[in-house]
Amino acid sequence: MNHGFFERNSFILLFGILIVVAIGGAVEIAPLFWVNGTIEKVSGMRPYTPLELAGRDIYVREGCYLCHSQMIRSLRDEVERYGHYSLAAESMYDHPFQWGSERTGPDLARVGGKYSDEWQRAHLADPRSVVPESIMPPYAFLEKTPLDYRDIADVMRANKAVGVPYTKEQIDAAVADLRAQADPNADGVDDFRKRYPKAQVRDFDGNPNQITEADALIAYLQMLGTLVDFKTYHADAPENRR
Amino acid sequence: MSKPDIDHVSGTETTGHEWDGIRELNTPLPRWWVGLFYLCIIWAIGYWIVMPAWPGITGYTHGILNRSQRDVVTAEVDALKAARHARETELAHASLQQIQSNPDLLQFAMAAGRTTFADNCAACHGAGGQGGHGYPNLNDDVWLWGGTLADIEHTITVGVRSTDPNTRQSQMPAFGRDGILKPEQIDDLTEYVVHISGRAANAPAVARAAKLFADNCAACHGPAGKGNQEMGAPNLTDNDWLYGPTRADIRDQIWNGRGGVMPTWAGRLSPEEIKALAVYVHSMGGGE
Repeated sequence: MNHGFFERNSFILLFGILIVVAIGGAVEIAPLFWVNGTIEKVSGMRPYTPLELAGRDIYVREGCYLCHSQMIRSLRDEVERYGHYSLAAESMYDHPFQWGSERTGPDLARVGGKYSDEWQRAHLADPRSVVPESIMPPYAFLEKTPLDYRDIADVMRANKAVGVPYTKEQIDAAVADLRAQADPNADGVDDFRKRYPKAQVRDFDGNPNQITEADALIAYLQMLGTLVDFKTYHADAPENRR
Repeated sequence: MSKPDIDHVSGTETTGHEWDGIRELNTPLPRWWVGLFYLCIIWAIGYWIVMPAWPGITGYTHGILNRSQRDVVTAEVDALKAARHARETELAHASLQQIQSNPDLLQFAMAAGRTTFADNCAACHGAGGQGGHGYPNLNDDVWLWGGTLADIEHTITVGVRSTDPNTRQSQMPAFGRDGILKPEQIDDLTEYVVHISGRAANAPAVARAAKLFADNCAACHGPAGKGNQEMGAPNLTDNDWLYGPTRADIRDQIWNGRGGVMPTWAGRLSPEEIKALAVYVHSMGGGE
């Protein structure tokens, strides 16, 4: 084969490399955007509430994904330990997804509701106070740091721009909804619940006077894996095979 | 290119390329390596035919085997359930006496319970069920909501102050924070609680607090402070403390009225797993 032509013309070589790599991308990545059934049809998934979204940003900021995966693989021992394997639908509103690739700590895909808020607070502030063998670093500053949510509506707009179906009503009410979720006595709680079915409303960080970063992160953690209604999801249906 | 150019040092043919007097040797790849390379390509073509491989416009090629990892894991989990089914059914309907008198069933329940406990309960109650500040010790015979097998099973199922509609529910008032009692009254009550737990206390304060205790505390904790499992009200006389034994701990609890939350496990664990867990917890030391 005569590749002297490419070897003697560096720009033609570069162009050739681009074409070869692009074929790989086109074959492996592109079809996922149009193949039917990449994402399962499920009931219960909704975009994150403003408070959960703020908590998710803290999760990303602190690099939780470096030690915790959010991906229960379709293997028997994982299903036994963590529950139903993760569905693509469960991370369809994640930009970027938090599947992770390393488990120094346990998988968190279904951690929502597994522990009490008080446990989450104690564990974030000082992991070894509740799990003596833990090697997780402490995040005690979260419950002392007020949550900065001035730009939460813009964060939602950014998510909408990449495909999360936030409505105009949800974006307009972002700040009020964020406050309502952390305060069961707030005025807008009923409207908030209508906008975000199954959202949990309470003072997550045990400090009713302030919305802290711990409020947001615990609200996010307590929601993880709780949205999809598995009673109406049939794993053995042909459209859900993978 | 009439005659191959041979490098005289190595005796190897060169490619004929020359840069500044340096010539490039043409050392072919070993035959076994090239053979393996082509074998891999042939293997890949076979794999495309047999296994799901190529994405298309609306779907993907399923391959002759039509294999799906989700089918595989479903089958494996079903097989596991089938293997456990007979004993789980037996366990679900067995009374405590029946379980204890059947070594085989007891061993099954304990093994299943131990695994489930380590996964789900140890984070709060400790790996050995020893509890912690605000998390009950499961090894002793002190029970907030009852220590019979049925009580334990029910508590695990519905949780305490959980999101379950049937949750175990009680809430101690925050006597100080909410201004129900005056700070000095809470000081007196603290002395009273220290007194009924069998320790030396300030006698005049205890005397002053007797009526306060009867009015504010006795409804749940009982007139003698012996507690009430119907309401999850702890026994105050047994020197077993959920939030600590010191005067500061006791005062803090009267002031803030803390109550822990235990999640409901009804959706996360199967009734059979919960029964096995209850047997395991019951066996830890203090089961009634």
